[in-house]
Amino acid sequence: MNVKIYSFIFTMWILMLVGGGLMTLVIGPFSLGSIESIDPIILSGIKVGLALVLIFVWIFILTKVKNWIFKSQVKS
Amino acid sequence: MEEKIIVAIIVSAIAFFSIYAFTPVLIKFLEKRNLTVKDVNKIGDVMIPRPGGISIMIGIVTSEIMLYLFFPISEILAIIITSILGFSVGIIDDKKTMGGWFKPLALAFCAAPILLLGAYDSNLDFPLFGSVQIPSLYLALVVFMIPITGNTLNSIDVLNGIASGVTTIASFALAISLFILQNYEIGVACLCLAFASLAFYKYHKFPSRIFPGDSGAVMFGVTYGVIAIVGQVEVIAAIAILPAIINSFLFLSSVKKIVEHRQIKNPVKHTDDFKLKSTDENHAPITLVRLLIAKKPLSEKQICNEVLKLTIFSGVLAVITAFMMGVKI
Repeated sequence: MNVKIYSFIFTMWILMLVGGGLMTLVIGPFSLGSIESIDPIILSGIKVGLALVLIFVWIFILTKVKNWIFKSQVKS
Repeated sequence: MEEKIIVAIIVSAIAFFSIYAFTPVLIKFLEKRNLTVKDVNKIGDVMIPRPGGISIMIGIVTSEIMLYLFFPISEILAIIITSILGFSVGIIDDKKTMGGWFKPLALAFCAAPILLLGAYDSNLDFPLFGSVQIPSLYLALVVFMIPITGNTLNSIDVLNGIASGVTTIASFALAISLFILQNYEIGVACLCLAFASLAFYKYHKFPSRIFPGDSGAVMFGVTYGVIAIVGQVEVIAAIAILPAIINSFLFLSSVKKIVEHRQIKNPVKHTDDFKLKSTDENHAPITLVRLLIAKKPLSEKQICNEVLKLTIFSGVLAVITAFMMGVKI
């Protein structure tokens, strides 16, 4: 009956797993290799920025999925 | 191990039976003093006593204090103090409807005991990929997480039995996950929350005999949040309450600002046979309930069952995630 909402939860779960992978494998060890003397605070700021971009992408995808589910539920 | 099992049985029994026994007394007390609100989803003027948060607070705090006597660790002390603070914020909101920003800000201060007692680990654990060290950022995460869980469970408290039912299922899933991860003390602390919410669900389920109010729903959320932090299972905890998170996400993404939920247009209306159907109002927010009834009207009981089934599904995903914590790619 509500397969789409279950799919929504499943999509969120997958996005959380993928997001965790990106955080630990890409953003966590991220460094500006060419600039050795960079302040750790600035590097942390860059990492936070990247994490925020990830969150925006996550919310954007979920908003699209939400709109698609609501519209298709109303139409059917 | 045997000692831990005995302690788990004792504190779970205290959490369950204290609420089971005290709630009928509280119902009579609140009815006598006319502390009731209209159940808008029932035909006629059905008045329901509120807030049941007092009973929830007694059950959770008594059992957690007993647990602290057995295991005197700072993590359990943090759970007790933060839960009481969360209840205090909720009871203020019960007595006087505050602005949309009051609860998030006040609940952010409730996170102070976790930080002051040092009852956290600044590593954020993810399944399959290990953990990230975010010492400074984690402090911000603690301060944000308590308002998020508190408000998330409060905002899903819209129909009979949903807030207590969702908390029961999610807490049991989180307790199982903590046991899988061999974090037994916090697992037992989570069992206290699970049994407390289960006992309250008996009186809150359709047709409700009492409402938890903001004090009860916020306390459920805050206790859940602090357990997630001190148990280092933040990601698993978020997965277990995904239906509630979806509800908040849907609400925020359609309203696009933080407001008190009583200040917005009702996203549902009633059919002649008092089923709930989606409103035609364009500006009403999309919520989980509105999503469930977008296709066809459903009775309150049917909607509650659907939400609880969704929570069971996300609870299973949370337990699977706990198993995945031990696996590294």
